[in-house]
Amino acid sequence: MAIIETRSLTKAYPRVVALDQLTLQVDPGVIGLVGANGAGKSTMIKVLLGLLAPTSGEVRVLGIDPVTRGHEVRARVGYMPEHDCLPPDMIAAEFVTHMARMSGLPKTVARERASEALRHVGLYEERYRQIGGYSTGMKQRVKLAQALVHDPDLLLLDEPTNGLDPAGRDAMLNLIHRIGNEFGISVVVCSHLLGEVERICDSLVAIEAGRLLRADRIESMTTGTDVLAIEVAEGTEALAEALAAKGIQPRLDQRALLVPLSNEDTYDVVLRTVADLDLPLHRLEQRHHRVAELFATEREASNVG
Amino acid sequence: MSADGAVQNSVIHDIGYQRYDGPRLSRGYAARSLFVHGLRASFGLGRSAKAKIFPWIIIGIVSAIALIVAVVRAQGGETDIGYQDLPQVASFLILIFLAVVAPELVSRDLRNHLLPLYFSRPVGRVDYVLAKLGALVVAAWLILAGPQLLIFVASAFGGADFLGELKDLLGGFAMAAMYAVLFGTVSLLIASLASRRAFAAGAIAAVYLISLPVVAVVMALGSETARQIAPMASPFMLPEGIREWIWGNGGDIDVGSYGPAYGVVGLLLPAICVLLLLLRYRRVSL
Repeated sequence: MAIIETRSLTKAYPRVVALDQLTLQVDPGVIGLVGANGAGKSTMIKVLLGLLAPTSGEVRVLGIDPVTRGHEVRARVGYMPEHDCLPPDMIAAEFVTHMARMSGLPKTVARERASEALRHVGLYEERYRQIGGYSTGMKQRVKLAQALVHDPDLLLLDEPTNGLDPAGRDAMLNLIHRIGNEFGISVVVCSHLLGEVERICDSLVAIEAGRLLRADRIESMTTGTDVLAIEVAEGTEALAEALAAKGIQPRLDQRALLVPLSNEDTYDVVLRTVADLDLPLHRLEQRHHRVAELFATEREASNVG
Repeated sequence: MSADGAVQNSVIHDIGYQRYDGPRLSRGYAARSLFVHGLRASFGLGRSAKAKIFPWIIIGIVSAIALIVAVVRAQGGETDIGYQDLPQVASFLILIFLAVVAPELVSRDLRNHLLPLYFSRPVGRVDYVLAKLGALVVAAWLILAGPQLLIFVASAFGGADFLGELKDLLGGFAMAAMYAVLFGTVSLLIASLASRRAFAAGAIAAVYLISLPVVAVVMALGSETARQIAPMASPFMLPEGIREWIWGNGGDIDVGSYGPAYGVVGLLLPAICVLLLLLRYRRVSL
């Protein structure tokens, strides 16, 4: 069953269209929702939580319509906001317990699960300390714990690595990966850093200016799409034109030309073309595709189209 | 708490994540929990020692007043302070209490950006407003009703006319409720507009304290009609006006034939405040 389903989902504000005819279907797992700041990620989260009614289109979260049954959706979803949202003068364990009760957990269960949630995010020893004395990394973990405490079926994490140092980022990403794989909870990770989320996600949804760029599983984005990087000392443009004439669409990446490595012939064609033009070849290498490059091609394509 | 901690600490081995399939209680439970949480916070319970200072000083003073009244009565002396007079006598103390506690309940959540965590849960905006308001009003009422009960117990043991005293006590409870509702709704509305606690407290005190001399000046300079209408504009005098209208013993306030108008204002003011509070929280986004 798809955990998130939208059909022609549109949210228009008086001046901007935040979500534009978004149609997607997301399977359980760890999902990266990527896009630049202002691409519509926050609007998307609010719509998914049922806190914002879409202008048109349909949306289902865990099979429930958040527009009409928002309370039910919010009972089964955990949300971790991007910005600071913790009371500094409260003890972490008490705060998470309070939030568990706000999600409908009975008093004693709330206390137990708060301790558990804090243990899972690695704050068991420190749980009776005031939040104000925590480091940024620890606060980020408390935010995750309060989203996790009521055992949701879906977690919505908004920029969970915000403000963390590299080590903290890695720890947070590993934790999210564990939640998705060991805890059996689906996670949507919103981020503007594609390189970061692609490591831990099963699938990616990329949006730009409210429109869907691409939504797919990571494997299908990276398999069979390696590229060949060609670097010549001079005549890069001439080579690009010649390659284009032979039906290979090159893309300029700094000083190198990138061509999709669709089959074995590509090598021969490239070499022959370089030889014909009599260009000094510096480098010819096969690169593994980073998802970021895929999106770059998509974006160029959509800009042209 | 300590027993709990001992049990939890004894679990050393790492059991993996466990799903929860126990009961998930209703929105009503969440709202009730929020109300109790707010009521406790009003008295600084579950908070630092610093947060307890103000509420308990106020409770101490109001109780001391009640104690003096009880002692004077027990010795057969006459006091001007009856059950229904206590709220007015303590009105400044209640104001200080609300100026401290109302921001504690709502401004704190605004300042710490806690609302997204609440509103992304089953508990809704209306639940939030009503729970916080309920906590504040009940806290203010308890601060008055507790000492009133103290006077009653002392009088009852002193062999006074039990039923008569009980009737007076209930009248006193009603006055306390009137003060709690009128003061509480206005204070919470003001506090909900300021995210800094100090600003909120100052604004609450200002609204109350400024209206008082303005009304006093209008009463002193105006015609008889003005003198009878003006007290409506001061939250300090409005409840006394209503009391004059209902019980006819509202101290020094002359409401003339405008009694029903006091009643209407007394109902409309809290109603409008609640409405504005609901509107204010509808605008809060994540």
